[in-house]
Amino acid sequence: MNDRPPILDVAELRKSFGHLEVLKGVDLQVRPRELVFIIGPSGSGKSTLLRCCNRLEEPTSGSIRVEGMDIMAPGVDINLVRRRIGMVFQSFNLYPHLNVLGNVTLALRKALNKPRAEAEEAGMQALARVGLANKAKAYPNELSGGQQQRVAIARALALEPTIMLFDEPTSALDPELVGSVLAVMREMRESGMTMVVVSHEMRFARSAADRVVFMDQGMILEQGQPEKLFNAPDHARLKQFISSIERH
Amino acid sequence: MDVILQNFLNLKILGEAAPYLWSGFKMTLLLCMVVVPLGVAGGLAVALASTLKSKWLRWPVVAYVDFFRAFPPLVLLIFIAFGLPFLGLDLPAFAAVALAFLLNTSSYYGEIFRAGIESIPRQQFEAARSTGLNAAQTLAWVIVPQATRNVIPDLISNTLEVAKLTSIASVVALPELLYAARQGQALTYNATPIIAAGIIYVACLWPLVRLLSRFEHRQIALH
Ligand SMILES: Nc1ncnc2c1ncn2[C@@H]1O[C@H](COP(=O)(O)OP(=O)(O)O)[C@@H](O)[C@H]1O
Ligand SMILES: [Mg+2]
Repeated sequence: MNDRPPILDVAELRKSFGHLEVLKGVDLQVRPRELVFIIGPSGSGKSTLLRCCNRLEEPTSGSIRVEGMDIMAPGVDINLVRRRIGMVFQSFNLYPHLNVLGNVTLALRKALNKPRAEAEEAGMQALARVGLANKAKAYPNELSGGQQQRVAIARALALEPTIMLFDEPTSALDPELVGSVLAVMREMRESGMTMVVVSHEMRFARSAADRVVFMDQGMILEQGQPEKLFNAPDHARLKQFISSIERH
Repeated sequence: MDVILQNFLNLKILGEAAPYLWSGFKMTLLLCMVVVPLGVAGGLAVALASTLKSKWLRWPVVAYVDFFRAFPPLVLLIFIAFGLPFLGLDLPAFAAVALAFLLNTSSYYGEIFRAGIESIPRQQFEAARSTGLNAAQTLAWVIVPQATRNVIPDLISNTLEVAKLTSIASVVALPELLYAARQGQALTYNATPIIAAGIIYVACLWPLVRLLSRFEHRQIALH
């Protein structure tokens, strides 16, 4: 879709847990402003792939480059890399002892050593982007799941990442709350954020994804534009997977 | 009845012993103000060390905690005060007490903090690390505050034990409350100073006991 150098460049990535090989040589490139959707059966290694990209999991072999920098290289400052990569989890993982603004500004203040006022200004901007500026003083347990997930997105956005990774961001939400999170993600996409999204929200994938990647048993089996993948899949496994999802 | 009052609640004796009791009380208070923070800080350090990934760093911490939880604090204090001088280490009484309490109570506080840290889901750690906070920052700003909040009742309960245990300092002649009461008793041939010391302990610790039971009730109500 564009030929600028990839922001995320994963090559021959392998990851084993003990004897279990979970990623069996994954190649994935994500270019600036691209929204890549990852689908696949449970246990196929989608979460592990995302978690390797900021080294929450340590890859067994292969290379990962973020904005051209080899993040596996010895001496690389992984904390610096992680600020460039926003991550959003299925279970939100907000800090329950801090209020919303505290959640969003913690890394700005403690990792980037920004003065409080500056951090809070950036935090309020991020909260405004997800439509929750009015909840800055609330605590996570006072928010709905959808609001919590938007705060988690704001927490990542406040660090001004160049790429955002989403691991099933709406799977833990009641159906009526899914839309508010997807709306925020759509806005992010429109403003040019590069995104990798693991999700089974097929309608969102059809309307927002540039590319869909199907993972199966630790490998990328097929990838392409959403219409192609959903309407005319090459592999029987993918066809089977899509019909199992769409039945729900 | 009169005999009991004469020997146990004699106001005249109490008046005579009051200056001793007052200075003993101040010493006990000072002891608590030193050994409790020392034990809490030591315990936090022990708990953080036990979260280390390296087996070689963790193992000595486990050994330390196990040893000092099994070692009777009175024996420990007597050893430090009367045994170590044979090795050329002759600490003043207050320092001997502080050291014994540090070794003993940090292992208890350590176990409490460790339980608290282990009660925090791993996802909290991962969320913090994914925003670029390093391991120490994550512990300081995300894990330890939550862990501490989860174990406040246990911390209060242990602090109560520590406060009561400070009376063992009397065996090394540190003039704390119990020592002062014994002195008063010896001078007056009357048990009133001992009773008074007991009442002072109860009066000072009772608010903590109330606080603790409020926490415990709240926890039962939540379950
Ligand atoms: N920390 C871990 N230790 C051991 N096995 C793991 C660990 N994390 C994931 N796995 C295993 O790796 C496989 C892939 O998991 P995951 O990446 O979570 O898949 P997905 O997100 O596609 O459902 C699963 O079989 C899972 O049990
Ligand atoms: Mg997963």
